[in-house]
Amino acid sequence: MSGFAWNAAGLLRKVERRQLLTPSADLVRSPGQIRCGVPQWVRAFRLAWRQLRAEPARLVAAIMGVMFATILVLMQLGFRGALFDTATALPQALQAELFLIHPMTMALFRAEPLPRVRGFQALSVPEVEKAVPIYLAQAFWRNPENGTHRAIQLIGFDAEDGAVKIAGLAPLVPLLKRADTVAFDALGRPEYGNIAGVLARKGTLKVQIGSHEVEVVGPVRLGASFGADGNVVMNETTFRRIIPATRASDASVLALRLKPGADPVRVQAELTRLLPPDVTVLTHAQLVQREHEYWDSATPIGVIFVFCSLLGIVVGMVIVYQILFTDIASHLREYATLKAMGFRNSYLSRVVIGEAVILAGLGFIPGTLGSAVLYRYAASATYLTLDLTGQRCAWVFLMILGMCVSAALLTLRKLRQADPAEVF
Amino acid sequence: MTRTVDVQDLSYAFGTESLRRSVLVDLNLTLEPGEIVLLTGPSGSGKTTLMALIGALRAVQTGSCVVLGRKLNGASERDRVAIRRQIGFVFQDPHLLGCLTAAQNVAMTLEVDAAGSERDRMRRAVAMLQAVGLADYAGARPDQLSGGQRQRVAIARALVRDPGLVLADEPTAALDRQSGAEITRILCELARQRAASVLIVTHDVRILGIADRVLTMEDGRIRPECPSEKDPPRLPVEGHAT
Repeated sequence: MSGFAWNAAGLLRKVERRQLLTPSADLVRSPGQIRCGVPQWVRAFRLAWRQLRAEPARLVAAIMGVMFATILVLMQLGFRGALFDTATALPQALQAELFLIHPMTMALFRAEPLPRVRGFQALSVPEVEKAVPIYLAQAFWRNPENGTHRAIQLIGFDAEDGAVKIAGLAPLVPLLKRADTVAFDALGRPEYGNIAGVLARKGTLKVQIGSHEVEVVGPVRLGASFGADGNVVMNETTFRRIIPATRASDASVLALRLKPGADPVRVQAELTRLLPPDVTVLTHAQLVQREHEYWDSATPIGVIFVFCSLLGIVVGMVIVYQILFTDIASHLREYATLKAMGFRNSYLSRVVIGEAVILAGLGFIPGTLGSAVLYRYAASATYLTLDLTGQRCAWVFLMILGMCVSAALLTLRKLRQADPAEVF
Repeated sequence: MTRTVDVQDLSYAFGTESLRRSVLVDLNLTLEPGEIVLLTGPSGSGKTTLMALIGALRAVQTGSCVVLGRKLNGASERDRVAIRRQIGFVFQDPHLLGCLTAAQNVAMTLEVDAAGSERDRMRRAVAMLQAVGLADYAGARPDQLSGGQRQRVAIARALVRDPGLVLADEPTAALDRQSGAEITRILCELARQRAASVLIVTHDVRILGIADRVLTMEDGRIRPECPSEKDPPRLPVEGHAT
């Protein structure tokens, strides 16, 4: 051995176990001055990162797997959110404290008619100030540019009553008083024609709805939904002219405006007691919730979105599990050696979980960025409003993190197979 | 002075009932502080099992096994882990972590107790690599080192915590003659400096000369064996054959 090595070894032996040399001098620290090392979790995570980085191809595959799961879940949740946001856009737009609907009306796009007289009966309750009928139906819109027909949602009401609040409606209220005038939802699908563009140039436009010609006096903004690709807003008279089968004695929804200070819950109970069973009394929140539940449970759409989200999680979990399992298997003897050196299973478990956490972070970020791009594309293609909100991202990150950690926990059994006695 | 290793009437068997096979039979072995002992014998003689028991890698079944003053009989897994932290292991294949440099691999041993700062651990690791002649390779990864160099890193890893006992299993088996001799010399010299006992399992007759004692195992028992290359004369019997 070289003289230098002998001297180095001898120097080390002279130093007490708990006394350390400073980098610049022979000063010896007392035990009380010993700084604590990096916390064990941090050291485990550091080793986890080094393990991942040492196998670039495997790391990329794992990141792609997590990224795929992130995109799939975010897209499904985005569509699901768009479904509920657009489906509840109309009930959200209704401005009243209570609503009367037919008990068989599960969703407003398919509202059953209820006797309008129920609104008059509701007025017998002192707290009820006004009962506003709202008419809903679907008819065929004829595209003025190419003549094609497409179903469109008709919303009929007295705009001056203020029972419906839609963006862009206020300046059109005086114009909608006239018969055979409508306001067109500019956020609908383009298959209805470039109505907004024509309105901008000419101010008005004549179109055909059903077999009736009407004049479009301006745009409003409500948005397409899963139940309707577009909407037109009109007064009650125009509605009945387009849908002649509509009886004046029937309405789709009766919006009840209460007097200031009235308790909606108490009035709801009073009306439920007072009115016959052919009408259901709902608060605004309950009306929105009813619409939400219809799309969530009465149709397969909600189930499909949840199923696809879970599928994304399962696929991601399988990929991460496979990567971690392969990593452990290929380093089993090294882990066994570490156990022989005195590392516990708990430390090695932290390393594996650390790898899972790192993968979750590294896969989530590009997955979210990719989802943002896909959200834009999907929104432009479907005319649905897809919002990549911070809350959604946070929830999805927790799901992805849980997915990766769960995969890691499943691999710990393999880790425990690393028997230090087998290293000999 | 407390013996480093004191094994009395140690027996060990694998399997149960009709498949039960005894590997160690009433074995006795002692190791004094600073002593270097070679353990040889044919395959299947129980050398590895004995090493595993002394190294607290397996639980003692029958007999007595005291290592560094701590009884292994009935020791819990937690206790055995604590004992292993005082032992340095050198395996035939070093099994270094490929994602770490040589210095980081050595420093890993010091992370077990989390004693000292990060910088101090690295400094000790580098100093240990200097001692084994790998000062210039502290930043190299295992795949950048030769077999002999990897084994030196393993020796540094085993000794950096100043263990009282070093267990080496065929440390030269995968090395050429020159490298093997160098490795063994480094291991034994550094161990002597630290007054650590060394127990080496080997079939390599070329290194018999460095030992204080040479023990031969056969059929689960220990016989002495002379370290000469040809027709070795019989040495006084070490251990008790029952």
